[in-house]
Amino acid sequence: MADDLEREPAADAAQEDAVAEEVSVEQQLAETDEPAAAEQARADADEADAPPTEEQAAGESRPLDETEQELLARLERELGDGIVESADAFGMLVVRVKPDAWRRAAEVSKRELECDYLSFIAGIDWQPAPREGEEAGGDTSSPVQPTEMTFGVAGSVGRLQVFAHVESTKRRWGVTLKTDVDERDPRAESWVTTYPGADWHERECWEMFGVAFDGHPSLRHLYLPSEFEGHPLRKDYPLLARVVKPWPGLVDVEPMPGEEQPADAAASAEADKGDGADADKEESS
Amino acid sequence: MSVDFAVDRQAWRHLADAQVNVELDTGDMILNLGPQHPATHGTLRLVVRLDGERVVSADPVIGYMHRGYEKLTEFRTYPQVTTLINRIDWLSSFANEVPFMHGAELLMGIEAPPRAQYIRTILTELSRIATFMLFLGEMGLQVGALTPPFYGFRDREHVLNLIEAATGGRFHPNFNRIGGLKDDLPWGWVNECRNTMKVVFDACNILEELVAENEIFGARTRSIGIIPPEVGTGYGVSGSNLRASGVDWDLRRDGKPYLVYPELDFKVWTHPDGDSYARYWVRLQETREAARMVVQMLDRIPTGPIMAKVPRIIKVPEGEVWVETENPLGQMAYYVISKGATGPFRVKIRSASFSNVSILPWLLRGVYVPDVITILGSLYFILGDIDR
Repeated sequence: MADDLEREPAADAAQEDAVAEEVSVEQQLAETDEPAAAEQARADADEADAPPTEEQAAGESRPLDETEQELLARLERELGDGIVESADAFGMLVVRVKPDAWRRAAEVSKRELECDYLSFIAGIDWQPAPREGEEAGGDTSSPVQPTEMTFGVAGSVGRLQVFAHVESTKRRWGVTLKTDVDERDPRAESWVTTYPGADWHERECWEMFGVAFDGHPSLRHLYLPSEFEGHPLRKDYPLLARVVKPWPGLVDVEPMPGEEQPADAAASAEADKGDGADADKEESS
Repeated sequence: MSVDFAVDRQAWRHLADAQVNVELDTGDMILNLGPQHPATHGTLRLVVRLDGERVVSADPVIGYMHRGYEKLTEFRTYPQVTTLINRIDWLSSFANEVPFMHGAELLMGIEAPPRAQYIRTILTELSRIATFMLFLGEMGLQVGALTPPFYGFRDREHVLNLIEAATGGRFHPNFNRIGGLKDDLPWGWVNECRNTMKVVFDACNILEELVAENEIFGARTRSIGIIPPEVGTGYGVSGSNLRASGVDWDLRRDGKPYLVYPELDFKVWTHPDGDSYARYWVRLQETREAARMVVQMLDRIPTGPIMAKVPRIIKVPEGEVWVETENPLGQMAYYVISKGATGPFRVKIRSASFSNVSILPWLLRGVYVPDVITILGSLYFILGDIDR
């Protein structure tokens, strides 16, 4: 896609590596034994091409704007020390509340913030997915994520979190609420009494993350069959399709008829050209 | 020959009692609607408990098409995710791509050039027209009229041809790139689009006359399946379904500015009734409004590049972003969490139909069986958008 972009003269090293870089991202990721130095060089070359990005530096540390400040003030007035942390994420207020203030946060959002519209309730698992060993299921094709556990906007205590987004159709603002969930006994308070639409979202969150919701009328499976075991969206749950058959990436490309099987998956473009010419000769002769 | 029957008199009497009990039992009947019912547009199953002709309770059973996209996104790079999210709401695939791309661009600090933004908006509105055109015809079918769907399908084809000419795909364009678009518009496309919009206006008039003004259609849909605004918002019903309940809320106008909607002059249509007819009427007006917006944009479309400068290998900086857009079916949103890798760490896909359908147990209570079909049709959901 971006191959036809003009190259910066500064990225001379990248010019030399150009052939190697034609190989798709996925294949590069499949090469897990690649030296770290080369990875670093490539990343540097990318950054030379990349436009300067303010967001990279600023990230989520931007101050709250007026609307967000008002929303936060209203929440603080009602919830008090139930609020743990708050931050801005690209113009959206993210507020983390204590687990025992979760239901009250919904009531306050509906009453004081006039957020009558429930957008969603879902879970997050902050633990990095295992990439090696039995748990990973032999899958090395997915993008490499950092191996240490870091938490996003407004932080977290542990691995599991429940988050929700509510909006106001009258005031036209919205807020994302997060709360921590204990990993050993994952449960949160249900929002069904405040937002009837929470019913299905909580059922989904329960089956996908194993978070039970206190006060939910009937926590049963929503998407998955009732005998399903495990919580698929947790990071330690492998992508079963790839356990059954590992993703071949670009290595397993079948040769065209008349073309010889390339000895190396990373065969250079010139070798491909040669093969093509040979095939042409054979056809013509 | 005599056979010695050891008959337990008590047992016989017991059986006779049972017979009487069965005859007297007038319990509710359970009707399984779907998973392969024409009115469900896919594999939605409704377990409906009936008392005579009235619905006592309805329980939608979903998940027949669950493909686990939220999990799959964690195993893909950002450009690869586009292919997945194309298949969420397959009638308006292009509109699904836009919020995700916009989110990734926000995180990376890239902005697509103005021409790309215009083309994105035009194609989004064209998908809206294509989606609604099908609805406007198909809604006739839900009340037993066989002709309107043919008009709907016929005129939708013109719009799909336009989308195909520009993107190469009728249903799954996969045309958005982070930082812009794959290609520019083909030569002559703008004129062709302008002509097609005339066809769309005509088609709307035909369908209005054929369906909306039909007496039988009115009798079957007016004051059927009323969603009060406060109930609708509580369930997270969005888009035209909510505007048909009188809630004046359209993310194109009221949400965070995206694409070129702030520059456009358009009206947000609402209807106070909240019934099936109102939902039809609002979509009819929105189809016309979308065609008007396309014509506006065709007059203003700027020249220039269609791709911003992006790195060859896309790595998205760490952060979280929530991007919501007004898709044909309602609020479509992605909560993207990035940890600085080539693929997202977690993507929460908020699809419109999921919440729109979650109101069914409330909405179907007490209606008659034939109205179940019209209510399902008027809510207008796509199974891929429910199951993801």
